[in-house]
Amino acid sequence: MDNKGQMLSIKELADMLNVSQKTIRRHINSGKIKSVKLGGVHRISREEVSTILEGEEIIEDQIINSGPAQEFPFPSKVPSGELKNKWSNHKGTINLVSPANKRNIDVIVVGTGLAGASASATLAELGYNVKAFCFQDSPRRAHSIAAQGGINASKNYQGDGDSDYRLFYDTIKGGDYRSREGNVYRLAEVSANIIDQCVAQGVPFARDYGGLLDNRSFGGVLVSRTFYAKGQTGQQLLLGAYSALNRQINRGKVEMFSRHEMMDLVIKDGKARGIISRNLINGKIERHGAHAVVIASGGYGNVFYLSTNAMGSNVTANWKVHKKGAFFANPCFTQIHPTCIPVSGDHQSKLTLMSESLRNDGRIWVPKIKEDAEKIRKKEIKPTEIAEENRDYYLERRYPAFGNLVPRDVASRAAKERCDAGYGVNKTGQAVYLDFAAAIERYGEEKAVSSGQDKNNRELVKKLGKEIIKAKYGNLFQMYEKIVDENPYETPMQIFPAVHYTMGGIWVDYNLMTTIPGCFAIGEANFSDHGANRLGASALMQGLADGYFVLPYTVGDYLANDIKTGKINTDTKEFDEAELSVKAFIKKIMSNKSGKSVDYYHRKLGKIMWEKCGMSRNAKDLKTAIKEIRKLRHDFYAGVFVPGSADNYNEELVKAGRVSDFLELGELFAIDALERNESCGGHFREEYQTPEGEALRNDEEFTFVSCWEHMGKDNRPKLNKEELKFDSVELKSRSYK
Amino acid sequence: MELLLKIWRQANGQKKGSMVNYEVKNIEPDMSFLEMLDILNQGLIETGEEPVAFDHDCREGICGMCSLVINGSPHGPDRGTTTCQLHMRRFKSGDTIYIEPFRGTAFPVVKDLVVDRSAFDRIQQSGGYVSINTSGNTVDANAAPIPKPDADEAFNAAACIGCGACVAACKNSSAMLFVGAKVSQYSRLPQGKVEAKERVINMVKQMDKEGFGNCTNTGACEAHCPKGISLENILNLNREYLKAKIIK
Repeated sequence: MDNKGQMLSIKELADMLNVSQKTIRRHINSGKIKSVKLGGVHRISREEVSTILEGEEIIEDQIINSGPAQEFPFPSKVPSGELKNKWSNHKGTINLVSPANKRNIDVIVVGTGLAGASASATLAELGYNVKAFCFQDSPRRAHSIAAQGGINASKNYQGDGDSDYRLFYDTIKGGDYRSREGNVYRLAEVSANIIDQCVAQGVPFARDYGGLLDNRSFGGVLVSRTFYAKGQTGQQLLLGAYSALNRQINRGKVEMFSRHEMMDLVIKDGKARGIISRNLINGKIERHGAHAVVIASGGYGNVFYLSTNAMGSNVTANWKVHKKGAFFANPCFTQIHPTCIPVSGDHQSKLTLMSESLRNDGRIWVPKIKEDAEKIRKKEIKPTEIAEENRDYYLERRYPAFGNLVPRDVASRAAKERCDAGYGVNKTGQAVYLDFAAAIERYGEEKAVSSGQDKNNRELVKKLGKEIIKAKYGNLFQMYEKIVDENPYETPMQIFPAVHYTMGGIWVDYNLMTTIPGCFAIGEANFSDHGANRLGASALMQGLADGYFVLPYTVGDYLANDIKTGKINTDTKEFDEAELSVKAFIKKIMSNKSGKSVDYYHRKLGKIMWEKCGMSRNAKDLKTAIKEIRKLRHDFYAGVFVPGSADNYNEELVKAGRVSDFLELGELFAIDALERNESCGGHFREEYQTPEGEALRNDEEFTFVSCWEHMGKDNRPKLNKEELKFDSVELKSRSYK
Repeated sequence: MELLLKIWRQANGQKKGSMVNYEVKNIEPDMSFLEMLDILNQGLIETGEEPVAFDHDCREGICGMCSLVINGSPHGPDRGTTTCQLHMRRFKSGDTIYIEPFRGTAFPVVKDLVVDRSAFDRIQQSGGYVSINTSGNTVDANAAPIPKPDADEAFNAAACIGCGACVAACKNSSAMLFVGAKVSQYSRLPQGKVEAKERVINMVKQMDKEGFGNCTNTGACEAHCPKGISLENILNLNREYLKAKIIK
């Protein structure tokens, strides 16, 4: 930027504040903004900009007032008919592409996690030519690999009354009635198929001694429907999808582009026709044409800087698509996972999750007496020294029906509530205990009895109990010990909530198509199935459902009209323009010759997001956050330094592109949170709560999906509302008591 | 803590590289090894230099993207630990730490500490799968019980994260632990038996083509594997290979 450290013009200030130039002139004339005239032109000093950003007035007239709900411009395409027949009827009636024609159709898939890899494999198997992209060095490294706990399916192998309907109902309720009935039922319906498919592929799920598949329980449900592979379920499922992908690469049906970043979407005649990518090894900007583009690039939790996402997880593909016209739905719906390893210091680069499955056996508590908590923080006493009657098992106390297995949003807020009240336990006061002592005793006694040993021998019981805990959660305990340097078999784990998953994402219809014809979004990248809160073990389910069983068929409904198009030509003005804008961005971001690193700004953004748009939100803080993010975005372009060159491996350049998108998304996130004047799921607005501190939904006014439309750089985003209709479930206040 | 780092710098695959000295200060014991490198890099950027390139992503020991040979040891001094899970409490102030890329003919250097491990992908593409369609039209998952010991063995082999430490640790740059793990996973399961023969022959052929060396049973791979993949997988690979070659 040429204005670094200098004066801003009216246009620059208007851009930065996201208001019209007219507004700025009005405030200059009224004296609210102080300007100086240089060569007859108004200029505003940087100090004045800071003053404006700290003031209230300018920002007030920027808050979007969407007014009454208008007709939603895009049909959701959820088929009519009975809930349980919707998907089969739809599959039976949508358009198909013949095998001979599939050979002439190209599909681009961006991202190779569970959704992207499984979609690529199935599309190729059906006969389409697939080009798959990932930024990692191999498709096997996508962050789905880090999912620990498990995958839900309504198999009812345990005979505990599970069914498609029950899985559907739990998921709708868990999402606090902010997801689409038809999509969620379909998810439940295909869930059982996923398990069959994965077993046939050789995915080594946990089994019992009879050789049949084992299950465990997850939060927010009263049945055992979660399939797992120790604490590495995501890894095993991803490697299964990766193997299916490899099979198609070997057949020549998938061309794989690793270490490539999608830089933009190309639209021609209103349809998605390809992407611009950057080869991360040599910096080459490439054009790829296709008849359809599938975004499967995951969620945007890294807008918080610290999250359980991988370092490279980013919003770039989603954001580029959004800026090209795709609606972004419910950006403020973020999942804060209750059981993560607490932050240890300013150097922290990421957070590590401890699987929700641990809540099957671990009991969560803090000291009942504040003085005890203080002594623990000062390391004067150990947690094991606190007597049973002086411990507050607050989840069991507040939610006797679900206890430690309440949904994630509820568990996270309850932890924050205790810590804010002064009962937190580690040196920062931002941690609670997850204690396995009772489970070790219980399992130990069972084992002693079943193996004919003395159950009154406490040493023996403890030893046997620890062995069982180790078999169940060994790798998680080991990981904890490595990071924290404490032995969780002997002393309770310290945990605290952290950003984990984003329910919001690109808006899609029932066919998983975005508002841009030919552009699809699947897995965490879309918004559709989890509402305002995702239940445990359902992200893996959704990724694979979308990729294996939904998108490959629904894409045909669109492509059936494209069989005569022929190969997509990338030598057109639309590709020229997209490529030029990518190159211009790179040039701009590399223009500063010194300054702060990308991480410096990313950390600042993360701090704003966590403090003002995190676990609980209020209008005042959200307004401040919007202002701070705008200022930070301005500072970023003026001050970021990207060393090295663009035609080489350059991680700083890659990060700069991603953070620039996060800086835009962050603002939309805060605007969305501000507009949603209710509490639901992971979105907790302090103004809207029950006397007991539970989330207070407003079904009357907010039973809709917030679909944000990008209106161009200088304009405010527009809120469109997709009304949610519930024909099969009754909207109830969500209680886990 | 204050440390002296000796780090391999190489502009790209065509240029020659060398070890370069760096000093880092204010390192805390609770930092991870990669966070220590982050601090080094922040300092380099602020003084206008190019940061040290290294691969990393999940930083929780599962994606297999991080690498590094630390003081001569792939993934550093601790057993069963990836570089991203190594913490600075393992070192003491005043230490000198040597940091190099995973080396191997089949792992060419991309830049600094980043190497190209796509040879592993190509080995997997040559046969590391069960050839069934992903239509979901298979049998019920519980139709065929699998004895728990077999399922557990298959799981243990499948725990490989594909990081390549086995190759970096081996004096022959052999990939037999990696290949053996995949072959063993499928050979323990009924689903994998149908194509067992083609699989092992094709994967071994591709492994040789990529330029990986042979196994001379030193066991360095097992010792440095962050996921504890057992040497028995190599035994099993040899057994499966012989079986495939002999039984027509």
